[in-house]
Amino acid sequence: MAGIPSAGLPPFRALIHSRYNRRGKNVRELAEFAISVATGSGASYADARVIDQVSQEIETKDLSVASINLGKSQGLGIRVLCNGGWGFASTQNLTKRAIEKAARTAVAVAKASAACLEKPVTLAPEPVYNAHWVSPHLLDPFTVSLETKVGVLLEAARIMKAVKGVTLAQGVMTFVKESKFFASSEGSRIQQTFIRSSCGIVAHATAEGDRQRRSWPNSAGGQHELAGWEMVVRWDLPGNAQRIAEEAVALLTAPPCPQTVTDVILGSSQLGLQIHESCGHPSELDRALGQEINFAGASFLTPDKLHSLQYGSPIVNLVADATASGALGSFGFDDEGVQAQRVYLVKDGLFCGYLSSRDTAHLIGLPRSGGAMRAESWARVPIIRMTNISLVPGDAGSLEDIIAGTDDGILMETNKSWSIDNLRYNFQFSTEIGWEVKNGKRGRMLKNCSYGGITPVFWNSCDAVGGRQDYIEWGVPNCGKGQPMQTMWTGHGAPPARFRDVQVGMAHAG
Amino acid sequence: MITEKQAKKIIDLALSHARGKADGAEVHVMASDVATSRFANNGMTQNQAPSAVTVSVRVLVDGRQARLSGNQTSAQAVRQLVDNAISAARLLERDPNLLPLHKPTGDDGARNVARFDRKTAVMSPDQRAERIASIIDVARSHDLSAAGTFSSGANVLALGNSEGLFAFHRESEAECSITMTARDSSGWAKAHSPQAAMIDSEAMARRAAEKALASRNPGEIEPGKYTVILEPSAVLDLLVFLWYDFAGTSHLDQLSCFLNKVGQKVLGSNMTIHDDVYHALQAGAPFDGEGLPRQVITLVENGVVKNLVYGRRSAGKFGVAPTGHGVMEPSAMGEYPLNIVIAGGSTSIDEMIAATDRGILLTRVWYVREVDPATKIVTGMTRDGTFLVEGGKIKQGVKNLRFNVSLIEMLNNVVALGPSLRTAGEEGFPAVVPAMKVDNFNFSSTTRF
Repeated sequence: MAGIPSAGLPPFRALIHSRYNRRGKNVRELAEFAISVATGSGASYADARVIDQVSQEIETKDLSVASINLGKSQGLGIRVLCNGGWGFASTQNLTKRAIEKAARTAVAVAKASAACLEKPVTLAPEPVYNAHWVSPHLLDPFTVSLETKVGVLLEAARIMKAVKGVTLAQGVMTFVKESKFFASSEGSRIQQTFIRSSCGIVAHATAEGDRQRRSWPNSAGGQHELAGWEMVVRWDLPGNAQRIAEEAVALLTAPPCPQTVTDVILGSSQLGLQIHESCGHPSELDRALGQEINFAGASFLTPDKLHSLQYGSPIVNLVADATASGALGSFGFDDEGVQAQRVYLVKDGLFCGYLSSRDTAHLIGLPRSGGAMRAESWARVPIIRMTNISLVPGDAGSLEDIIAGTDDGILMETNKSWSIDNLRYNFQFSTEIGWEVKNGKRGRMLKNCSYGGITPVFWNSCDAVGGRQDYIEWGVPNCGKGQPMQTMWTGHGAPPARFRDVQVGMAHAG
Repeated sequence: MITEKQAKKIIDLALSHARGKADGAEVHVMASDVATSRFANNGMTQNQAPSAVTVSVRVLVDGRQARLSGNQTSAQAVRQLVDNAISAARLLERDPNLLPLHKPTGDDGARNVARFDRKTAVMSPDQRAERIASIIDVARSHDLSAAGTFSSGANVLALGNSEGLFAFHRESEAECSITMTARDSSGWAKAHSPQAAMIDSEAMARRAAEKALASRNPGEIEPGKYTVILEPSAVLDLLVFLWYDFAGTSHLDQLSCFLNKVGQKVLGSNMTIHDDVYHALQAGAPFDGEGLPRQVITLVENGVVKNLVYGRRSAGKFGVAPTGHGVMEPSAMGEYPLNIVIAGGSTSIDEMIAATDRGILLTRVWYVREVDPATKIVTGMTRDGTFLVEGGKIKQGVKNLRFNVSLIEMLNNVVALGPSLRTAGEEGFPAVVPAMKVDNFNFSSTTRF
């Protein structure tokens, strides 16, 4: 895969101060009113989020615009503790009457919860903040015309369709601008502004009994970043369209991935999803404590394994980093007012940390939340979510360096399919493309590549972690969790890495 | 919850404001008031009562179209939504394939469905807590841990356009999902209905508890090909990966696994599948994203792929009549069969077990994903109640297994069908599906629990 040019972003702009604009004063009053109604109705704790979000989604199919959907949403969500139980309600009507009703509903719901509790909720302490945070961006994508955006996608489509054998060319861009004000009964007042952008293209090639595709920069909607229009320019969709189109067509006649045990080199984007599924989710403390067992599942990383399980080989270091500049899962403060942190989950291969919240931290003896509580929107309650779960770069150099150091193996890149059990042990991934690696060189292209294993066995087989050269902060915008399900913006920094003696090719072996 | 009169007022306001400025306008009003109480470790963990209304406007302007959605319903906000949609549309190139809005006729076969139960719509947090308390009582009586949800409320969908269309659908919904866990085993049950009274949550708790108790001390079996008995939830969560292949657009895009196979026998002779929103066990609105009445479509009859579903756009390209399955336009997806009904048989799960020498009973499947869109291989895991069947009896619980199976092959290997039931899963919409006994189901690996 071709590399991308240097991001060229300015230093991280996390502005911490206590000034508010005119609108800020208004939402502050509304949030404080919600909190005062809740505490006046019996809540021992309350927090409120007022969110204003605008969005654009543009999809192209071949040489036409398939859809343009524009959205605007605003509302207030209020979360309260009453008699030790949680309650949450929301309203999109930002009048005092509607907010009062929502706050009283939240208290009534909390009282119903309290009637059905094993133990009352306890919140870990967190300092009070008065802060203002803006996500880093160079150019607000909402100042770029729809014509320009469509033009980039159609130019890429034209190039893909010019390649003989391409049967469908797709493109997509999404942009979200979110303004969020948080207030708590403890005194925190936090204003944050997020700009999220994404872009991606896909070339499909269909033959009798075969469907192949190639995506750029990644599958599942492309790349997603906490960034502005500059990310679209940087990922250069038209400049990569011909290569992926030719690869899609070539895959139709490529030999299939063999069913065998061999060394596997994972390209950066595939490793990003591997981290998401096999490290990010199992290190969510609510899962480990059984709170998500009905839907998302539990975790093999139970608290008794903390500081004792050798999760991976000694070169494996994984962090939850909500401070990574431009990464999709970054923020200034989470949705219960905890400041962004960088927390080790695995250090030198040893499992050493969780993604946590104020109401779970004390259950494993943590003095403070790790700051991972986020909600999909103003209408949803915050739950523990991944921030940016990333593999710290190692000393194995570039992807080409790792290939050069591999005698016999398969390089796999760009996710096509992903599945893992509900404790996060048994996983299987497929990728869009693979290549044989023989005697330190990239060989034949392979189609229908798949690999699988058991999480700690797999990570303990890691013997090469690439360096900064090919490290990319990938964005996963659609992580599903919770009931009702919430999707969340998460990120995964990943270099390429090598894993020894991995089972491959099982997906098509039946 | 928004009323029909209120929804129509919003739609009329938007259409009136668009008149003279746009060549056509279409307005959706969607409202949701569904509260969810969650529990885990035998106690309530989350309890939320969100409420949301969305107004979505599509305008046609000089051969261009744009959709803009917002959640403010004041007259000023609705007028602004229309103006902004028109402004957005003007920024785009003309679309030579743009269709005019749907114009309703008096004989388009529109039928109403009654799916609103006031008691379910107004169920209180205390009533949900009572349901959950009874579930936890079952868990405690068996020394198990209960987790899950009970949700209740109502949804509204209203649609109007400048061609005189107005359609309104109001539906209540209740859902209960329960996982019972023991030290090394678990059991699960889930139900979804427009009526909370139709959900016997205590009986579901007992069923989930029985599965957890029966699967304690699970054994490990070798991966390979087995006869499996799939409970309806397992069937639902596997086959949801097949439904879009019946969409006309998936054929235009040359992505469907049934490409060039309409009219051919592709599945087993015992497979008959309809899309039928009017079925007594179905849910949902009887009109599609452009307001066309949903038709009952036979997708598969005795193994032969008979028909596809079409929105107006794909129907036009195929030169056929739309079937009323379009999603909201503009859309890359086109259409989707939302109301699947698979014709069942008469073999109960107990009878399937009794007639099995060696096989595996699956309560549910988990994290199913498509591996190969052409052969329709999917992978996934078993979960919450996987049992070895030997000599016509459940012998013991087994550690969970990963499967890689072609859905096409699977539906050619069905040797027994149970009665079709309204079924809820986790991968797709609830549907009316039977239990199935399937030969040669391919398990590729095991896991550690």
